[in-house]
Amino acid sequence: MHDRSLMSFITGLALAAGTTFFAAQPAAAADKTLTIYTYESFTSEWGPGPKVKAAFEKTCGCTVNYVSVTDGVALLSRLKLEGAGTKADVVLGLDTNLVDEAKDTGLFDASGVDTSALRVPGDFKDDVFVPYDYGHFAVIYDTQTIKNPPKSMKDLVEGDPKQKIVIEDPRTSTPGLGLLLWVKSIYGDKSADAWAKLKGRILTVTPGWSEAYDLFTKGEAPMVLSYTTSPAYHMIEDKTDRYQAAAFSEGHYIQIEVAGLIKSSQNKDLARDFLKFMISPGFQDIIPTSNWMMPVSATSTPLPDAFGKLVVPSKTFLMSPADVDKNRKAWIDEWLTATSGN
Amino acid sequence: MLTASERRRAISGGALSLAGIALFVGIAVVILLAAGIESGGDTTLADPYLLRVLRFTLLQATLSTLLSVALAMPIARALARQPRFPGRLWLIRLMAVPMGLPVLIGALGLLGIWGQRGLLNQALAALGLSEPVSIYGLTGILLAHVFFNMPLACRLMLAGLERVPAEYWLVAGGLGMKSGSVFRFIEWPVLRGLIPGIAGLIFMLCATSFTLILTLGGGPAATTLEVAIYQALRFDFDPGRAVMLSLLQIGVTLVILAAMTLFPSPDDHGLTSGRPLRRIDGQMRGARWADAALLLAATLFIGLPLASVILAGLEANLFKLAGQAIFLQAAVTSLAIALAAGLLAVAISFAIIHARSVISAERKSALGLRGLAAALTGASSLILLVPPIVLATGWFLALRPFGDPSRFAAILIVVINALMSLPFVIRVLEPAYAVHRRRTARLAASLGLRGISRLRLIDWPGLRKPLFTALSFAMALSLGDLGAVALFGSSSLMTLPWLVYSKLGSYRTNDADGYALILGMICFLLTIAGTAGQGTRDDEGRQK
Repeated sequence: MHDRSLMSFITGLALAAGTTFFAAQPAAAADKTLTIYTYESFTSEWGPGPKVKAAFEKTCGCTVNYVSVTDGVALLSRLKLEGAGTKADVVLGLDTNLVDEAKDTGLFDASGVDTSALRVPGDFKDDVFVPYDYGHFAVIYDTQTIKNPPKSMKDLVEGDPKQKIVIEDPRTSTPGLGLLLWVKSIYGDKSADAWAKLKGRILTVTPGWSEAYDLFTKGEAPMVLSYTTSPAYHMIEDKTDRYQAAAFSEGHYIQIEVAGLIKSSQNKDLARDFLKFMISPGFQDIIPTSNWMMPVSATSTPLPDAFGKLVVPSKTFLMSPADVDKNRKAWIDEWLTATSGN
Repeated sequence: MLTASERRRAISGGALSLAGIALFVGIAVVILLAAGIESGGDTTLADPYLLRVLRFTLLQATLSTLLSVALAMPIARALARQPRFPGRLWLIRLMAVPMGLPVLIGALGLLGIWGQRGLLNQALAALGLSEPVSIYGLTGILLAHVFFNMPLACRLMLAGLERVPAEYWLVAGGLGMKSGSVFRFIEWPVLRGLIPGIAGLIFMLCATSFTLILTLGGGPAATTLEVAIYQALRFDFDPGRAVMLSLLQIGVTLVILAAMTLFPSPDDHGLTSGRPLRRIDGQMRGARWADAALLLAATLFIGLPLASVILAGLEANLFKLAGQAIFLQAAVTSLAIALAAGLLAVAISFAIIHARSVISAERKSALGLRGLAAALTGASSLILLVPPIVLATGWFLALRPFGDPSRFAAILIVVINALMSLPFVIRVLEPAYAVHRRRTARLAASLGLRGISRLRLIDWPGLRKPLFTALSFAMALSLGDLGAVALFGSSSLMTLPWLVYSKLGSYRTNDADGYALILGMICFLLTIAGTAGQGTRDDEGRQK
């Protein structure tokens, strides 16, 4: 008897799961459905996704349906896998380094959105992809351990090797690639030497941002590669100013997140409306305290005080997507050689 | 002992399983290769970078395997000969937890003890050492691989030692054998038979390790082929190269595994009455103290990092976390996937074991049948070398013409998880099955029991426990797996490990720690359910 009750419990569980899978499919289109491919932290309960959906649905007379993958890189892979048959109307969450590759797929159409009023550092202009937020890469440090944070990339590279930093791997993550490009922008031909020097300070190289940041907050290393906006999260949500960004005198490399519309979409007008909505206050208001990035245009109310305390880079580095696409492999090889040796 | 039709059914069951596995892997690989040829990617494998990666992959996997197996042996032996060691059963259960944890969580637990700010370095600092001892690099990788795999080896060895017929111990006692002789004549022959299989399994797990290698490796000098495969598929989107690298991974490992199987495997044990096991060796004071010290060390080694996971988790508001709709959804999804994958894995394993035993029972089996048995053995363990991301991507492409592939995601994840747990399930199930067959085959034949009634009266009661153990094991493995879900990800398929990662991905480390603790607890409960009744071996003996 015991076994039978277990089996019925198990069957119940399986049924419940089955229902979840099916219930989660979008309901038969009441009216129009806008399908947005994006990354997971955008659509999570605590991310901007739910609020954005609610705000846009109020005006569009449509249903917003998210399909989310792990991150921007996975987003592009997903599109390449699906090819012309993709169900996406809008793809939201690529960054500038992926833009060239994304265009090569031939899946995107010109946005037709006027972006001249946007305030994005680094002069990014594109007729296909529309920026919706940005952040500068920065070294975040723990003020309890580090009293004299590095004031420049040079300080970081040549500093005390006993003070460690956790970085991300450029082979598997966008922040990792960001640091690679940042060093390249500053050191150019001498990048390999810089990496060889920095190597002694690197505690470890993680596959992604999550692992690195977790090691940092667990106290494994007093520094981590993240964004200038990271301290805003800790100030607002954790009510602590323990973690701060180090301002580098040479300037900071920028990550700009963009969205584009799919050529084969059946709902192009709706998709274009969404892109316009994306750079309006209705969307931009949501970004700072849910995606923890900087808005690209004016918000209806001033940003929380914490954002006023963030590092404002003296100079912004941004390489053209074409340059990145062309040189990425060679630069990663250079990085591998410089940091692998003993 | 079986009728011709039972034999036929067993063999076709095995052949069907093999065909299923081969098709599932084959379709994914062929589709990816085709996509690779279409996109004309970089398929040259002879570059110095890859050679370095290959060398490091093999080096760390070999060392990890040697350490795990060498450390597991004395611990398994101590567990086997101290059946009344306080907390013994809990230690055995504890040993199942690392396998079920998402690797990153396990790694963070380890760092809580061995890390820059871990217990060890705090103690050293208190003693006046100014510089923390760093484990990042090969040390950290080996430490983590031993943490994850030594308990697995230990459990499999212990199970082997406990299958030694009680008569052996009676004889050993009667002869007054010293512990050295017991090891030489009884324990070592058993272990020697198990080690190649266990070592092969661990070698494959370590060779395909990814997150641990990067996170604890300290830099790109520590890179495995799996990283290169991941990079090829995710970042460079070069399916052809990913497949070539996977084939390289399978080929090289195959050579090493083949070398391992050259070790002789001893014959089966004789008949046993199934009498309760009572070991009378290892009761001298010296042996008892040595065993106790060893078991205590093992408990600390496995327990402390887990305790650090618990402590981190307790800082979160567990009740609030557990009450959230998203958690309940993720828990139901994860458990359903794990259960389906577990049942599938047990079913396939049973078919494979059954077919193999039928084939090997024949005095003169046809070459074809012997080939089938060998193919079954190979396929069911080599599957570990096929990166799940390759399977998932291949099937994504294959299913694209039939509509939105994320609709099939649940099924694919179930199949991939089931296949990945096959080698483990078979190792749990096969020895129990062999003993059961030896005990009951003649009896069943003489009573003329076959078909359903044999299944109901003899097989089910005899194999129920190992089946549940295997199921719980497979479920725990599947629960901790992030792998395949990531590619298909849609909001409808939120699993527990994914919830942990997604909390981590948005600064919410506390919540992630909390969910990791809950996930670990679920794995632990599963193991308790799976090992229920193992503490009462005497009852089991009396039933028969």
